[in-house]
Amino acid sequence: MEKPTTIIELEVENHPGVMSHITGLFSRRAFNLEAILCAPLNGGDVSRLYLLVNRDDRLEQIERQLEKLYDVKTVRVRDDFDHTVFDRIEELLVKG
Amino acid sequence: MKLNGSQLAVKLLERQGIDLVAGIPGGANLPLYHALAEGSIRHVLVRHEQAAGFLAQGMARTTGRAAVCFATSGPGATNLLTAIADAKLDSIPVIAITGQVPGSFIGTDAFQEVDTYGLTLPITKHNFLVRRAAELPTIIPEAFRIALSGRPGPVVIDLPKDVQKETLELKEFPAPGRADPFPAPRAEELEAAARLIAAAERPLAYAGGGVIASGAAPELAAFCRKADIPAVVTLNGLGALPAGDPHFLGMLGMHGSRAVNAAVNGADLLIVLGARFDDRATGEIRSFAPQARILHIDVDRAELGKLRRPDVLMAANVKQALGALTELISVQHHADWRKEIAALRTNLPETVNGDPMHPVNLLRAVAALLPEEVILATDVGQHQMWAAQVFPVRRPRSFLSSGGLGTMGFGLPTALGAALANPECPVVLVTGDGSLLMNIQELATLAELDVNIKILLFNNGQLGLVRQQQELFYEKRYTASCFEGQPDFCAIARGFGIPAVKMEAFDGTALAAFFERPGPALLDLAVTGTENVYPMVPPGAGNMQAIYERSKA
Repeated sequence: MEKPTTIIELEVENHPGVMSHITGLFSRRAFNLEAILCAPLNGGDVSRLYLLVNRDDRLEQIERQLEKLYDVKTVRVRDDFDHTVFDRIEELLVKG
Repeated sequence: MKLNGSQLAVKLLERQGIDLVAGIPGGANLPLYHALAEGSIRHVLVRHEQAAGFLAQGMARTTGRAAVCFATSGPGATNLLTAIADAKLDSIPVIAITGQVPGSFIGTDAFQEVDTYGLTLPITKHNFLVRRAAELPTIIPEAFRIALSGRPGPVVIDLPKDVQKETLELKEFPAPGRADPFPAPRAEELEAAARLIAAAERPLAYAGGGVIASGAAPELAAFCRKADIPAVVTLNGLGALPAGDPHFLGMLGMHGSRAVNAAVNGADLLIVLGARFDDRATGEIRSFAPQARILHIDVDRAELGKLRRPDVLMAANVKQALGALTELISVQHHADWRKEIAALRTNLPETVNGDPMHPVNLLRAVAALLPEEVILATDVGQHQMWAAQVFPVRRPRSFLSSGGLGTMGFGLPTALGAALANPECPVVLVTGDGSLLMNIQELATLAELDVNIKILLFNNGQLGLVRQQQELFYEKRYTASCFEGQPDFCAIARGFGIPAVKMEAFDGTALAAFFERPGPALLDLAVTGTENVYPMVPPGAGNMQAIYERSKA
């Protein structure tokens, strides 16, 4: 059976180091990260990220550690999202 | 005004109130050193960059203010990493400014190029790679704000050489970076906490480094007095409540006294203050304080519930929260619980050893000779645990020890920083032969600075805490824990220009004379190599499973 997953939505300052800070946090704290999607918002100063993560008892800890990152402006768990956002990417990947 | 990136950086540091920086120059930070000579900041040239980081820690740990160290690119930056990681784990506000190869060389494997930004990502509170000199008026005050706000921590600013040389026109200097004000503790949380305290029969405070960092020692004393609640402390919480205070029980955890751990075990409410359920404090966490409800107050919300789910939590500054909580609660008496703890102390006595050269007895003799106003720095190992167990720490910020990272070599450079930041206060370094050799080169800096640091070298010819674990848990197979050759530490110290004395049998007069002489000196204490630190909770075991004497087998 597949593990239940959920999506964390982040808004971050858009600059070269921010992705390293986020992925570094996940590897250092041994949090699971299934997929990541990132795009700049309108002006380009801010980016939005979607992180596909396991829905387990570490979720709260992941949120709180993410909130401490300097360039992370908001952290929201989007249980209301189905995973179409990632499914569409998968379609793209299948097309090659 | 027209100035270059280096001049701007130095000016911004001056405006932050920085009057002393430790570091080592090199190719990629020479412009910065050139500008340093024009300003008012004193520079201390250490002999290894790691010592620059620890010297800054010694200043920051004793004053609570952010302290600064410099290193060049490449090996200069990598040598700093241990001290930065140490500052991260113990939440110490240190700002490291590293030189970097010019921007156009970044990514080309240039001489002395290393990815300092990448290397320091997981060991800093935040880090910056400066791309233009115009960013400095934002980045430097921001680095101080980050280092000092909320839970303190280290910040790295990687400064490429071309940015150091880039000239710019600046209209006015920015305001210095300061710690953000804390949000006021929330009334409903305070009330929930007060209800929990009122309902408890066997409450116990568990105070960590956050009590020291937030300056909450007076509030803790007032709280313990009004609520009649005894307190245990972590290694970095030593000084949160003065040794000798009627509510002070001692250090908990792996090398805590059995009575202290038994008190935690029996408590029905644990009030966790600026502490984080570190494994060295809790032992096997499921058996930690099994009967206790948890009230957890910490400025870092991520610590609340990280390892133990609290019944009431407050993400708040400990000083403010404890002050407000003390006002809210009514005077309480826990005479039965205090009696119970007194009985634990009688029934679970400390391990005693009659040898006057046993480190515990030496430390007690030393403590009796020292004034109340003293700063004790330790290295890492058996001597550190013995000092934590028996040295009467009376004031916050007066016991300096590498808690989270457990860095051997921490002691000497940290003591140097403490002495420079507190010129009126004597500093004692308690170290071991293994630890001292890891930053022995700083004896040269000590001799130059001629500050009042007395080095007590507990010389057992071993990596004592490793040897102890091998004796207890690895079938007495002493792999690589005993030094086969040993240098003459007195000759080494004298070679650096530091007076040194050796003591093989206890001599109280010589000990007193050692502390009476002004300036730096080293006392080489020949102690037995086979003593163990007791009690000891075996790694992975619960705190009630402590070994407290050598087995007769």
